[in-house]
Amino acid sequence: MKRLRATCLLVGALVVAQVAMADAPRTVAITITHQRFSPDELPLPPGVQVKLLIRNADNLPAEFESNDLSREVIVPAHGRVTIYIGPLSAGRYRFFNDFNHAAQGWVTVGDPAHAGGN
Amino acid sequence: MLATAIIVFREVLEAALVIAIVLGASKGVAGRGRWVLGGILLGIAGAATVALFASRIAAAYSGTGQALLDAAILLVAVVMLGWQNIWMQTHGRQLAAEIRELGAAVRAGKKTLAALLVVTFTAVLREGSEVVLFLWAIAANGGHRLGMVIGGLSGLVAGGIVGALLYRSLLFIPIRYFFQVTSALILLLSSGLAAQAAAFLNQAGLLPALGNRLWDTSRILRQSSTVGQLLHILVGYVAQPSGIEIVFYLASLITTFLLMRLTARRAAVSE
Repeated sequence: MKRLRATCLLVGALVVAQVAMADAPRTVAITITHQRFSPDELPLPPGVQVKLLIRNADNLPAEFESNDLSREVIVPAHGRVTIYIGPLSAGRYRFFNDFNHAAQGWVTVGDPAHAGGN
Repeated sequence: MLATAIIVFREVLEAALVIAIVLGASKGVAGRGRWVLGGILLGIAGAATVALFASRIAAAYSGTGQALLDAAILLVAVVMLGWQNIWMQTHGRQLAAEIRELGAAVRAGKKTLAALLVVTFTAVLREGSEVVLFLWAIAANGGHRLGMVIGGLSGLVAGGIVGALLYRSLLFIPIRYFFQVTSALILLLSSGLAAQAAAFLNQAGLLPALGNRLWDTSRILRQSSTVGQLLHILVGYVAQPSGIEIVFYLASLITTFLLMRLTARRAAVSE
């Protein structure tokens, strides 16, 4: 039980830390139209949390999913959802529409050394 | 039609594997079939309800409502699986003995049976709402209805068959080790669900990631491969985990394991 309590305290502390640290994260928008992601390549800066607004302009629901980012969210037809991603290290992260695997895209995070800093 | 079948199959499979494991682990408990069936039916009703309000849920809490709902459903499942596992520590030996001698069923308390129902309910609710939403959309957009029905049904049947196969193969485990094996399976399953809940809370911006892509085992086993997906469902395999997923996985694993040991020791003392 002590361990359980310690875990709860730890998680609580993390939430508080998160809220206290949270600068308004940068917002990036992505739209699903005609069963495609637009844009299908999202360049993001390394090391910061990003707020991703996903809008579905189609008549079909979509499921924005990414194993690389551990993200999974249904975007109802003509609906909008918000998810947070990052902070990420340099690399490419694939995402796709789990209801239509033909639709996919990439989050690309540049190497800070090559991006010339922030 | 094939696309429909594959999507329905994947969602049904996830629920079917969870049900197969809890059904296997509760072998020998009287009336478990009825409670699991109740969970499935309630889950289907719940899934339709969630699908009906999908747009409103998605829009709730500045667009993070769905992630919060998913996290809540998963955490309920984690607690209920933990309950079942702890109960098994005191009754597993008795169950094993009675199954061996009489093939008789053991009476379990209402709470334990209710836990079984809730686990089944949450599994069907989460996966089912995605199926319902997907099928409704096709129907509403004038998709080929007969094709959709055939695709949906074949996906459902195929998912059910894989679940049944897992259940049947669990029954092959010798009764001496049966409850240890099923306990371990439930322990890993629920820790995986806890990690998924962490990912959803992070997705909603409520918990920090504590580092993303802490390691990457994609080269050894891609998570999107068939084996990778199966292991993701069964033991929570994540090829590129974040820190918070690992924290939740370990916290759930260690807490449940310690409570199980504690209960088992108490049961041994009282015997």
